[in-house]
Amino acid sequence: MHGRPRNVLKEEDTAALSAKAEKLRLLQSHFLANHHNRIYTKEALEENAKLLENNPEWHTAWNYRKLAVESFLTDSHSDPETVKSVLDEELRVVENALRKNFKSYGAWHHRKWVLSKGHSSIDKELRLLAAFQKADARNFHAWNYRRFVTTLMKIPDEEELKYTEEVIGANFSNYSAWHNRSILLSNLLKRKAEGYFPKEIVLEGEFELVHNAIFTDPDDQSGWFYHLWLIDQMVKIDAPLLVSSWPSHGLNITLQGNKCLHGSGLSVLNSTLPNTGTLPIILYFNQAVEGIDSSTVNVKSELLNGDLVWKPLSTNNSNNAQVWVAYLNIGNLDVQRSKTYVIEINLGHSKGIVSSNGYDYGHASRVTFELCIQSAYTESVEQQDGKITSEIDHIPTTSGRCEEAIVNEISQFRDLLSEIDCKIGKLTLARLLTALDSMPSPRANNMVHTEEILQLYDDLMRLDPTHYLYYKDEHSLVLLRQITSSRESLLPYCYYKKDATEAVPGYVCLRLQNLSLSRMGSIENLLWVQMLDLSHNQLRSIEGLEAMQLLSCLNLSHNKLGSFNALGPLRLIKSLKVLDISYNEIGSHTIDTRRYLCSSPLCHTEEFAWDQFETLTDSIHISAAKFWEPFLIFQSMKLTQLDIKGNAVADEIFGSFIIRVLPTLKWLDEEDLS
Amino acid sequence: MAQNKKRIHNKILSQPVCFGTKLSPTLPHHFTPHAADCFYAPSFAMAESEASSYPPIDPTNFDLIIVGTGLPESILAAAASAVGKTVLHLDPNSFYGSHFATLSLTDLTSHLNSHSLPAPPPPPSTSGSGDSDYAVVDLVQDPIYSDIEIEWHGSEDETSKMREDSRKFNIDLGGPRALFCADSCIDLLLKSGAEQYLEFKGVDASLVYEPNGGGLANVPDSRGAIFRDKNLSLKEKNQLMRFFKLVQQHLGGGGDQSDGGGEGQKISEEDLDSSFVSFLDKMRLPPKIKSILLYAIAMLDFDQDNSEVCKDFLKTKDGIDRLALYSSSVGRFPNAPGALIYPIYGEGELPQAFCRRAAVKGCIYVLRMPVTSLLMDKVTGCYKGVRLVSGQDLYSHQLILDPSFVIPSPLSSSLADFPREKIQLLSQRELKGMVARGICITRSSIKPDLLNCSVVYPPRSLSPEQVMSVRALQIGSNLAVCPAGTFILYFSTVCNDADEGKKLLKAAMNALLKPVVSVNSGSIPVVQSDNENVQPIVLWNAFYIQKVFKGKFDSMTSAPTPDGNLNYTDILDATEKLFSQMYPDQAFFPKTETPEDTMDENGVIMES
Repeated sequence: MHGRPRNVLKEEDTAALSAKAEKLRLLQSHFLANHHNRIYTKEALEENAKLLENNPEWHTAWNYRKLAVESFLTDSHSDPETVKSVLDEELRVVENALRKNFKSYGAWHHRKWVLSKGHSSIDKELRLLAAFQKADARNFHAWNYRRFVTTLMKIPDEEELKYTEEVIGANFSNYSAWHNRSILLSNLLKRKAEGYFPKEIVLEGEFELVHNAIFTDPDDQSGWFYHLWLIDQMVKIDAPLLVSSWPSHGLNITLQGNKCLHGSGLSVLNSTLPNTGTLPIILYFNQAVEGIDSSTVNVKSELLNGDLVWKPLSTNNSNNAQVWVAYLNIGNLDVQRSKTYVIEINLGHSKGIVSSNGYDYGHASRVTFELCIQSAYTESVEQQDGKITSEIDHIPTTSGRCEEAIVNEISQFRDLLSEIDCKIGKLTLARLLTALDSMPSPRANNMVHTEEILQLYDDLMRLDPTHYLYYKDEHSLVLLRQITSSRESLLPYCYYKKDATEAVPGYVCLRLQNLSLSRMGSIENLLWVQMLDLSHNQLRSIEGLEAMQLLSCLNLSHNKLGSFNALGPLRLIKSLKVLDISYNEIGSHTIDTRRYLCSSPLCHTEEFAWDQFETLTDSIHISAAKFWEPFLIFQSMKLTQLDIKGNAVADEIFGSFIIRVLPTLKWLDEEDLS
Repeated sequence: MAQNKKRIHNKILSQPVCFGTKLSPTLPHHFTPHAADCFYAPSFAMAESEASSYPPIDPTNFDLIIVGTGLPESILAAAASAVGKTVLHLDPNSFYGSHFATLSLTDLTSHLNSHSLPAPPPPPSTSGSGDSDYAVVDLVQDPIYSDIEIEWHGSEDETSKMREDSRKFNIDLGGPRALFCADSCIDLLLKSGAEQYLEFKGVDASLVYEPNGGGLANVPDSRGAIFRDKNLSLKEKNQLMRFFKLVQQHLGGGGDQSDGGGEGQKISEEDLDSSFVSFLDKMRLPPKIKSILLYAIAMLDFDQDNSEVCKDFLKTKDGIDRLALYSSSVGRFPNAPGALIYPIYGEGELPQAFCRRAAVKGCIYVLRMPVTSLLMDKVTGCYKGVRLVSGQDLYSHQLILDPSFVIPSPLSSSLADFPREKIQLLSQRELKGMVARGICITRSSIKPDLLNCSVVYPPRSLSPEQVMSVRALQIGSNLAVCPAGTFILYFSTVCNDADEGKKLLKAAMNALLKPVVSVNSGSIPVVQSDNENVQPIVLWNAFYIQKVFKGKFDSMTSAPTPDGNLNYTDILDATEKLFSQMYPDQAFFPKTETPEDTMDENGVIMES
């Protein structure tokens, strides 16, 4: 089936084909008439069968058969013999259709449908499959159907696993077989079947198997895919866990008399509190979770007045999010000066926090921090890093065996790369090193491989320009992870703003400029940041930034943001006051290629303030098509300063529009509006 | 060719053949009716009776007389008949195949013994009868076998059972021999039509003997085999596969994986002209892989790293051709698992198939008909005809002789004035070397769950002094060559010295088989405590040395003997060359329109 050249048709062939098409058309019109009039006679079905044997791709024709069978079954639900013969006839038609094209979705689906009726014998199915899989061992339809049949026949996964091994042994360039193996193994590992526990030992065996494929022919992709899956299985932690929070564990936050928050001497929280009198509490998990509420997250504090309301920070309105936030209201409380309030957050003690693939929260975690309100402002130079150090040690997530396995993989691939120059080998090595560096093991000297990983991605960008953007993204993530990994590494990027006025005390600004970043990462380490400078990078997206709930100033100038839509995460940052998006590419691209569907306010998941938008467009006579997106983004923001110049979209009309959308705006493109 | 391929494909049986259905391996009974009258079947009473019982042959004039039914002679008979020559094919033996025959256990023993004895003195009566127009030159058979050792090792019961079952063994005289699926021999079988008389089965595995107790390992001869291999390190797998890809790219195909790198990477001319072993070194292939490539795939005989002893230094371009032959053999026929196939009932089927082909085209066959002398023109010294043991004189333009025939060097006195230089050539056959051969009948397979397999012992694998490869071939009962539960195991090595060759074969045998137990030790040793690795037990074995002669064209042509190779390529090349020398204007099996078999080539046969 693979690598067959397409023959150019000869003239007589075309003539024959058009005659055939004529016949087919006649059959089609007959069939449609029958379908329309719900005629399910024997003749009509025979005609339909003929049609399907010629053109198995027509779903309508299959659906007609289903209706015919259903009508027959309801009419005569008495005689099991007749029922069986009708269903057997269906199986025969499917088989003939599959002979014509064994990759017909409709035909395979119809067969499943017939078998699910439960009246036909399934013993024959494996033989049929054997024939199809012999014809094309990679036919994923057949493999799909095989899974269906083996489940129906209750063939143990272990047996099927052996079968995949046979097929792979015959020819390992079989992605379908590897894929089936991954499915079977997932099942076996998940239910800890005998001989499939612990997972590390099983995975080590699989690594050995796939090495044979990869080393024998590194140009063949199928083995690499399976290998990637294996790395993921080895490294990933199924259970959701809290990886970071703000305020982080053990943090002392000092609230100043002038209603500014002063967090442990470094970051002054002046944004949230003065306006709303609230303090955000951010919980950052290792994966998207649901079920965060006052019953699953227990918060103890004198300051607490009623339950906290936890909200998922997701840009698509789902109940699943990696980051959750609640606002502790302290503005209208009668708080005592110089008193230290202890706030304790406990989670994971009761069930309810569930990951998107159904795992329960792993280990119970506790976060405590202190809040104090002082009259005098004292400065300290201590810096916090947002890393969680909760009391409950949740390190035993990956065993030493995993680490060993990854170390072994790394040495294997270093070996391979010493033999040949291979892009996917480099990528795999980079991924393995990244995985090793991020293992929370006391033995792993974190981040020691960063330079090597960055070098690998640099090489890859050069060698494989087609996937440049992907490598660039990975490069950015690794770089950010290194920068944010410790206090020492982060300090060079922190600037203390001394030029602040007396009234506004100093800020610390995190300057991650000119790092050639194409995406953001390691945000779990940056939850404390209030001023962030990401200018002069190559950002196309700021996904994940919504977790930075303390952010008040953000500089995104001189990046590659292509649309307002890319600014979506900012809508969730209520504290944002100053935004610089100048010199990006907003408006330069007529079509946003990063979206799967054409965007329109109608398909948008967010609620859209139609009334306001209409009044606005009417009053300043602008095109709704052009401005709905910025309206959606900015409408809920409370910016006081915005820089947008240097974007294709920024013109005078846009200026007047944005002033209306953002009534709080005082400065636009460095121009005083007041 | 696709059609032809299908024809052979159908000849490879995937089901075991059961003994009950055995066709008679000796052929006259099964001949096509219109050819039946070509056969003279001398009565079995011949042995006791005198020459008078030999039937007279009519006609007496032929284009070509061939003495001996070895494979080259049989092919030549078929080829000459195919181009319309009148051919008489004689054999002094009662069986077809001469040195390529497959014999029963007892026949093999007696044949070996009789062909190792020095030639009996020529009967004086036949020569020197000066009344004819021709000089009569005696012809004797010079043995090509020597140093024969035959031993029985089984218990008394087993031995007598085997003697009883002697006819159930079909043992090759010139083993080990098999065909590559992509061999030129297959093409010849198809071209000549001889394939219709043959059936093959795939040899299940190609193995290589690993030194230092490594035992038998599969030859990683394909992408799948490399993947499945348990002995190569990952790095070695990578190196070997890359080398295969390089060869594939060089050959221009690129196979189905033509995505790698610049297209059509060729190996440089300089490399092609250098020795294969130095090319492998240049490609930085480790010794283990080198050894597999050189001896288990390219099937070389001599240690390529030892320039003192190596007689067959292979150039890279030839090495690549051999690799190509091997790799195109793997998977050529879906029901042949490896690179090799073997004819059911043994090697002797091949010459018989060609003889049948020749008979269909009118060649006349007479077995058990020894030729005693040559008839030569008294004046010119040219060949004219032969005198049979019956005393009948037959005449032909040309003669082909089995390589064991020679003219005794002191010519009888009556030929004093005969121009000797003409026959000088015949008495000086070109000795190419010696092959030590070994045959074992064993009670169990050398590798559990394998019936048929080939084994290569690369140089230095058995001992540091080993300079020659040893090849072995195990054939099990599913090829109808031995009773169920037994195996025939052939060994061979090229050698310079009989003792040295036999010593090497015995070492090879002992490496795989249980060291021979003395027959007289009354108690049967049952101390197989190490039940993990039970080695097969030898019931019977034979060792002998065979001289290898090249074919030679002259007024009397001498056919080549079996050589030391595993396949027939060299013998076929020599045979084809002889034919073109004999009949320069004739095509070697001209293409004929065969309306037979039109196999429908429909892709998937679905079971309903």
